[in-house]
Amino acid sequence: MLRYVIKRVLTIVPVILGVSILVFGFIRVIPGDVATVMLGERATPENVARIREQLGLTKPLYEQYLIFMGNALRGDLGTSVLRGEPVTQEIIRRFPATIELTLGAILIALVVGIPAGIISAVRRGTWFDSLSMLVALTGVSMPIFWLGLMLILLFSVFLHILPTGARLDGATRFEPITNLLLLDSLLKGNIGIFFQTLRHLALPAIALGTIPMAIIARMTRSAMLEVLNQDYIRTAHAKGLKERAVVINHALRNAWLPVITVVGLQVGRLLSGAILTETVFSWPGIGRWLVDAIYARDFPIVQGVTLFIAIIFVGVNLVVDILYAWVDPRIKFE
Amino acid sequence: MTDSASTSKVDASFSQLLSRKPTNLWQDAWHRLLKNRASVLGMCVIGFFALLAIFAPVIAPYTALAVPLPSNTLRQAAWVNTGNPATTGDWRFPLGTDTVGHDVLSQVIWGARTSMVVGFIPMVLIITLGTIIGLISGFAGGWVDNFLMRLTDVVYAFPDLLFFIIVMSALRDTPIGALLNGLFLLFAALSIVNWVGVARLVRGQVLSLKEKEFVEAARMVGASNARIMLRHILPNSLAPIIVVAAFLIPGAILTEAFLGFIGLGIRPASDPSAIFQTSWGMLLLWGKDAIRGQPWLLFAPAICIALIMLSFTFVGDGLRDALDPMMKGTN
Repeated sequence: MLRYVIKRVLTIVPVILGVSILVFGFIRVIPGDVATVMLGERATPENVARIREQLGLTKPLYEQYLIFMGNALRGDLGTSVLRGEPVTQEIIRRFPATIELTLGAILIALVVGIPAGIISAVRRGTWFDSLSMLVALTGVSMPIFWLGLMLILLFSVFLHILPTGARLDGATRFEPITNLLLLDSLLKGNIGIFFQTLRHLALPAIALGTIPMAIIARMTRSAMLEVLNQDYIRTAHAKGLKERAVVINHALRNAWLPVITVVGLQVGRLLSGAILTETVFSWPGIGRWLVDAIYARDFPIVQGVTLFIAIIFVGVNLVVDILYAWVDPRIKFE
Repeated sequence: MTDSASTSKVDASFSQLLSRKPTNLWQDAWHRLLKNRASVLGMCVIGFFALLAIFAPVIAPYTALAVPLPSNTLRQAAWVNTGNPATTGDWRFPLGTDTVGHDVLSQVIWGARTSMVVGFIPMVLIITLGTIIGLISGFAGGWVDNFLMRLTDVVYAFPDLLFFIIVMSALRDTPIGALLNGLFLLFAALSIVNWVGVARLVRGQVLSLKEKEFVEAARMVGASNARIMLRHILPNSLAPIIVVAAFLIPGAILTEAFLGFIGLGIRPASDPSAIFQTSWGMLLLWGKDAIRGQPWLLFAPAICIALIMLSFTFVGDGLRDALDPMMKGTN
């Protein structure tokens, strides 16, 4: 096991190096003078010189890279050009919003996807099976941002039931502690804020959760079908066990493994998905911030956030792989 | 199944089999595909959009850049009566006009052109690149294989959306980014990210096929490596490659739509004779801003994207089922 873990951890080294070079290189391949491009109309000679100095563009390339990596390793991802805020601090402030959204999406995907898959498998060929698999197929092919826009149109613009975006109503004042608003509102005993947060979270979480939900439902169904055909299931039925006991104790327990893998894989993908969802719903997480920074040509933010998301992505996949090898020992001998 | 059938029944079906015209594997697969109703429907929808794309200048009432109704009135879809003559629907503009006065229907038709091209061209590039690398990797083995597979690991682990964002935002304003209104850059980025899956698939095929007797036989009669690869191994791994290709297309269309939506897609054309004038992603971006005033600017491209994605998914699923008998034993 340890050997496998070490081997797997080593594989992320070239990936992180590749990501860092790409992130580092991107502002240096932008045509023309980066400082001028970033400053736009405010590109006075003094400002340009200041930015060039701040980004270290006056030094030789290899030195710039070493400084960039050195700073990144110490947790310093640079400073926003427009607002002057340190990128790392902003990420810490905004990341909880992204986490809250992602957790909400995972929860929806699991709570709906797994039961739908189980019931479809047990009641194979019935209208429920056909309907849920049709919904799952449609769900897989719906782009997140498309679904998000449609949800806004239906629930906000036409029905006026749910808000179109943001984490709280515009007029609400609330001083967060951890910036995980659901947690904070409970900690402060403010139930009103809790429900307001839930209302705001509903549409974005559904939009982000739909694709993983569909994939999980399909995977659960096929894993269950495979198990339900086994001899020991027939034996369990023959013993006179209740249907529920057979499905839950015998079948589901053995169908878990592929389902866990799929859930793990989806967690990594949710992060990319969060960029889209946050853009559509004006959700103040790091994805939205990244897109705003692209519009504003605030490249240090783009650099910092991209590196951060890439590292989280690689890290999540690493943890999932190791967990999976731990659950299923056959993996590490592949 | 067979032992329960009566002898005469077996005889009858056997003679039926003998009298049937000989078909090859591909024809069989094609017949199976045609029996799949969802796939046929999908192919019809794709065909419809392909025609729209090719004949956009003839079909669309206006070019995407034309301003037939210069105003800020946001004319509604033709069947909507707002009571105000300036905004009430008019059948000359079936889906209404946008804030500038562009005809929404024409925009959507021109957008189909971009999406179809974005779907097909990168798919061809990706399949070609991935197949070549997969063939080399699987056939050469040794350090070449090792190096290429580590390379695929790195590309695989990179979050692809971030890669598109970095590449598009960095190179969009360069001469490369300006080629074909930015489509060239998009094709390149899509190819760089997606060849990996195809290469791994083809490599796996090569590894299992090169141990087969027919490859051994070809080698015995003195066929060169290149001939074995291209005439013996490649045709036998085509089925899974085709299935992957069918799923690559909607992925590429979706990526373009998303990049357009965050403002990093193709560059808006300024020349009314341009081949690619707008894209569905761009329309979604504008439509989102006009979500209350002119919902059709959002609806129309959104429906088109959903239709085309579903169609390709149906066709891909159908192809997989149709080609499956051939895939048995190759993995």
